[in-house]
Amino acid sequence: MSGKALLEVHGLTAKVAGVEILKGIDLSVRSGQVHAIMGPNGSGKSTFAKVLAGHPAYEVTGGEVLFEGRNLFDRTPEERARAGLFLGFQYPVEIPGVTNSSFLRLAYNTVQGARGRDELDPLEFDDYVQDKLKLLDMDPAFLERSVNEGFSGGEKKRNEILQLAILEPTLAILDEADSGLDIDALRIVANGVSRLRSPDNAVILVTHYQRLLNYITPDYVHVMDDGRIIKTGDKELALELESRGYDWVADEYRSRQAA
Amino acid sequence: MSTVLQNLVNQPYRHGFVTDIESDVVPKGLSEDVIRLISRKKNEPEWLLEFRLQAYRHWLTMREPNWPNVKYPKIDFQDISYYSAPKAKKKLASMDEVDPELLRTFEKLGVPMHEQKALAGVAVDVIFDSVSVTTTYKHRLAEVGVVFCSFSEAVRDHPELVRRYLGSVVPPGDNFYAALNSAVFTDGSFCYIPKGVRCPMELSTYFRINTQESGQFERTLIVAEDSSYVSYLEGCTAPKFDTNQLHAAVVELVALDHAEIKYSTVQNWYAGDEKGVGGIYNFVTKRGLCRGVNSKISWTQVETGSAITWKYPSCVLLGDNAIGEFYSVALTNHHQQADTGTKMIHIGRNTRSTIVSKGISAGVSNNSYRGLVKIGANAGNARNYSQCDSMLIGDKCGASTFPYIQVNNSTAQVEHEASTSKIGEDQLFYFAQRGIGAEEAVSMIINGFCRDVFTQLPMEFAVEATKLLGLKLEGSVG
Repeated sequence: MSGKALLEVHGLTAKVAGVEILKGIDLSVRSGQVHAIMGPNGSGKSTFAKVLAGHPAYEVTGGEVLFEGRNLFDRTPEERARAGLFLGFQYPVEIPGVTNSSFLRLAYNTVQGARGRDELDPLEFDDYVQDKLKLLDMDPAFLERSVNEGFSGGEKKRNEILQLAILEPTLAILDEADSGLDIDALRIVANGVSRLRSPDNAVILVTHYQRLLNYITPDYVHVMDDGRIIKTGDKELALELESRGYDWVADEYRSRQAA
Repeated sequence: MSTVLQNLVNQPYRHGFVTDIESDVVPKGLSEDVIRLISRKKNEPEWLLEFRLQAYRHWLTMREPNWPNVKYPKIDFQDISYYSAPKAKKKLASMDEVDPELLRTFEKLGVPMHEQKALAGVAVDVIFDSVSVTTTYKHRLAEVGVVFCSFSEAVRDHPELVRRYLGSVVPPGDNFYAALNSAVFTDGSFCYIPKGVRCPMELSTYFRINTQESGQFERTLIVAEDSSYVSYLEGCTAPKFDTNQLHAAVVELVALDHAEIKYSTVQNWYAGDEKGVGGIYNFVTKRGLCRGVNSKISWTQVETGSAITWKYPSCVLLGDNAIGEFYSVALTNHHQQADTGTKMIHIGRNTRSTIVSKGISAGVSNNSYRGLVKIGANAGNARNYSQCDSMLIGDKCGASTFPYIQVNNSTAQVEHEASTSKIGEDQLFYFAQRGIGAEEAVSMIINGFCRDVFTQLPMEFAVEATKLLGLKLEGSVG
């Protein structure tokens, strides 16, 4: 298998507010790969993404996750981010009063600093960010607005991908990056993600629908149900899910378990 | 509330400190005899004693206000000593003797060395760039005729000015605490800007000759003659160590024709511990009178300390075309309570006022904005714009807004906007996911929130205020 091991998940269980949501997840992601995680609402897809990023509301109850060979869970959320793990949020929060430009620059410089690279001053950063804006077909005026405040759903999603482009993480987990986007915005977001792919990084797309996968071809498609990955296939599986729904996968899984 | 937030807001006050000063103390209790004694000790003229006695007699008929949105045990006014002249403070020989914790605070706030020494009470001839700062500024002010001295000196050297303006903005019987202050005030600052003079430097209480403590009943009077300008900075961002629980100061500003006064405060008094024990009650009456045409008074305050803050820096816009401004940041943490705001009283025609208030609540604190905009019957074309924003950090604190608007002239325009936002777990997680730790995140959000006010502060003050807010909310994150 080519690429190096980025993420190794073994028997991961986690709960939120006392309820167990993840019931034993196994997943292996290597650099250069794109994985899609699909599944019905409430199957635990978003929880899995948030647990990896370290959201404080979720409690890991068992299993192990290695990121680039090191235990992920002994690191704080900001340490995970600085180490190159990026979560594109399904619902990015609004931060009134903080301009996008100062937020993006602080995030960039913090991550750069952690990688032992030079920080950029405001002018240098502006040059850097202008190129990224073009990549996502975004208006520079956007930088002077408060982070996500008053943004449309599509603008918020594009802002997430802009941050992805700026921070250049090793592993990007995009949680419903396509929800609420019209077809043009979807193409822009998808093209942005595609152009950021490299042999050194990997992407996990958490998605409900397969339409995003028309633009970004996944190497693996996983189906999640009731806190577990119950089936893994290639992009054909996504098309099959689109036409047949999820129930048959769950039925198949149950009969396999019974056997 | 998450542990991160809890740690962040449950930080101990870092500047606890015991002063050991020998004082010349009058026995506890308040009576006409005590007031006569204070006046005698200060060698005051008869008219000033009379001013005090009248205030005292009026105070006896008044009752403590109970309308503010704050709670505290009843104050026993007979259990307070009303005169405590600090004898010359024991000077420290060098910075090595200063509490290292205090030095760290100075360092964090970026207070210049010569100011650090003055604030810490180190004996120095304040030498900076080979010239004594104190001497330089005295010369510069004297050249243009600006008077800037302690209130006691003003009573001695400029009695006619003090007599003309004292109580002209805040009458002795104005309110319970102002009456108490008028009866027993011990010292404070006096500032007089002659006609046509633009004060060549920002006047700061750092550099007042009399650096002794002004005590708990401080009196400030600033008079700006026609076409003059002054910017006055009160207090400083370094912690003020004080054992007095009750502070009831009075500040009066008078702006004559075309005069402008800019008054900035950054207050960081002891706020009590995280359980709400101790801390200063800051019950202050601050008011500016725009007496002349085209006069302007601007209040900017950053309130971060005190267990209870009760203050409403106000503007009485008497002269036509007068302008009043109020820019405020009030931060409360732990058990702190603040009921603060302003009053804009429009009397003259074409008067304008602007109110920008930013309240930040953390811990289990309670932060209220209370403001009055009153447009008098003759205040044609008066305009007011008010903006009151509250920010909550965590979910156990409170914020309230009490705007009072009274309009008696149909040509007036009054606008009021209010908002409430919250720094929650999800915002901090969003920052964290981009590599930014909780302290930096909170500081960035707070600074964004306060920007409209900070831009009104003189430059060095703005920098210190920014750092101060960070310091007040800083914590061991984990």
